[in-house]
Amino acid sequence: MPGHAVDKRDQAWRRVAVAVPYLWLLVFFLAPFAIILKISLADPVIAQPPFTPTFDEHGDLSASADNFRFLLTDKLYAVTYLRSLFMAATATVLCLILGFPMAYGIARSNPATRSLLLLLIVLPFWISFLLRVYAWMGLMNNYGVINNLLIWLGAIDQPIQLLYTDFAVFVGLAYSYLPFMILPLYATLERMDLDLVEAAQDLGASRTRAFWDVTWPLARPGVIAGCLLVFIPAMGEYVIPYLLGGPESLLIGRVLFDEFFVNRDWPLASAVAIVLLLLLVVPIVILQRNQAKDQGDAA
Amino acid sequence: MNDFIRIRGISKNFGDFVAVDNVDLDIARGELFSILGGSGCGKTTLLRMLAGFEIPTAGTIEIDGVDITAQPPYRRHVNMMFQSYAIFPHMSVEKNVAYGLRKEHVGRKEIAQRVDAMLELVQLRDFRERNPGQLSGGQRQRVALARALIKQPKVLLLDEPLAALDKKLRERTQFELMNIQDELGITFIVVTHDQEEAMTLSTRIAVMDRGRFQQVGTPKEIYEFPTNRFVAGFVGTINTFKGRVSAVAEDKIKVYSNETGVSMTALGKQLVEEGQQIEIAVRPEKIFVSRDKPDGDDDTCLQGIVDDLGYLGNRSLYRIRLASGKIVQVSSQNRRRSVTRFLEWEDKVWISWRPSSAVVLLD
Repeated sequence: MPGHAVDKRDQAWRRVAVAVPYLWLLVFFLAPFAIILKISLADPVIAQPPFTPTFDEHGDLSASADNFRFLLTDKLYAVTYLRSLFMAATATVLCLILGFPMAYGIARSNPATRSLLLLLIVLPFWISFLLRVYAWMGLMNNYGVINNLLIWLGAIDQPIQLLYTDFAVFVGLAYSYLPFMILPLYATLERMDLDLVEAAQDLGASRTRAFWDVTWPLARPGVIAGCLLVFIPAMGEYVIPYLLGGPESLLIGRVLFDEFFVNRDWPLASAVAIVLLLLLVVPIVILQRNQAKDQGDAA
Repeated sequence: MNDFIRIRGISKNFGDFVAVDNVDLDIARGELFSILGGSGCGKTTLLRMLAGFEIPTAGTIEIDGVDITAQPPYRRHVNMMFQSYAIFPHMSVEKNVAYGLRKEHVGRKEIAQRVDAMLELVQLRDFRERNPGQLSGGQRQRVALARALIKQPKVLLLDEPLAALDKKLRERTQFELMNIQDELGITFIVVTHDQEEAMTLSTRIAVMDRGRFQQVGTPKEIYEFPTNRFVAGFVGTINTFKGRVSAVAEDKIKVYSNETGVSMTALGKQLVEEGQQIEIAVRPEKIFVSRDKPDGDDDTCLQGIVDDLGYLGNRSLYRIRLASGKIVQVSSQNRRRSVTRFLEWEDKVWISWRPSSAVVLLD
């Protein structure tokens, strides 16, 4: 039957459409991951490539968890992971505190101003990321714009050390990742029915109470998405701490870079990368399961 | 007795736009009062001022002797049922209904009792654990009603309460609303654009246009004795004839119209003078159609041709064309059972109405 044939072709296309993202993940995520995993189980050698093959000349498996064991025994790595977690978490909270009111304001402004404000949020992306970080160096160094302004105003008489501190890293992270927080927040807040907030007030909730009872829980999907979009890249961030942070502020992105390119210890670097991935994947899976449960409840 | 709600000189401007223009209104305790008007007439703004979401530009609102003009919404003993129902999507039916009491810090036990009673009243007992997403339109409407009523407000505001429901459900819900209002004795103020809804629900109606009340009265007064052209045209269908007052007697006037070609008689000691330009308005169901010239001393009788007709089962609608080209709408009950039509297109007919059916409109 001709109808049947069309059905079959439809189904074939549907399969192709579904297969594309899976194929993409397979080629660009799973395969590289397998390679990194393989390298992390090898030993470093001075050769090309700089690690031992998984199967030696006798065809025997030569893999060891030595690199992971080393990561656990050397305190440097644990401390660096924790520091990175702390920096990324702080940057995420900063972005949330700054981004929420901004997203709320944009979502509640009239449509004409709204698109202008959104444009302003996205505008920094038109300039190279590196240039923007360099600009912050110019702003924050000892004879930079901020210090000069404060001296001129008479607030201080000696320049304060801003650049090469954790403070500078936080400024850099918050500045760079703020749009990733604002955009998903805006998307959820803009969809929210304003009647709900008024209904809460009508039923006896003050403005603040109505915010915590209605706006905040309904904005949660946006908050979670924004936090993940900031936290994940901030965790592995290399450029911002390298340019703005002090020499003592060792973060995991930096360690990864050094192990790969300075020490040329690919197996150890791979192990570092895999632990980082696990650190990121576990909370994401938990969050997603939570969200799926929420949606299951709502349906 | 008539001053449970006292609205005095209320105005609301948005920039240059005057949404509500110097409105006075008294509503008695226990009334089911409707504010009827088209979109943008200011009815919703007036309701929002009663709820506390808009602060009036001028004027005062008193409820039960207390001036609430500047009170925030959460302090007023006034609750609102939103047009969208505004049910919290992240709370179960039960939690939605209990929300208002929790904000009042009512004890756990009392909340449980009152929620039970309220869910019983709106027939949602079996749905208490459900999420709003799992409810039908009618059920959502009842959740919204229960959530507002549980606060035992002095006044319940309803913004287009039935607009989101389909026709069948709307009719049933109308009567449910009236029963609940009757049972609880709470004063209801309903905003609606649907004249039929306003007519069946309300004890009194205010017809609103361009920020002002055009007429306030019982449904009957509004329909049978509209005071101006807007009210006459907005509520129901009406035929109007422009004319000039040709004679003024003790209890009736005569009006000559070029559109009818005859003098029409209307009752009442109207404040009109001879020669004044006015309009005579007649509802379609007050007009009789016949093949022969009807008799009646003061009745207005006009000859015309059937321009169009429509059979609706219980009644038929006719559009009668007069010699002047004016079209008159007539609605007549189909009292006799017959498969042949009483009138056909292009039939010559007489139409007539009694002097008491003619409404005099001055503006």
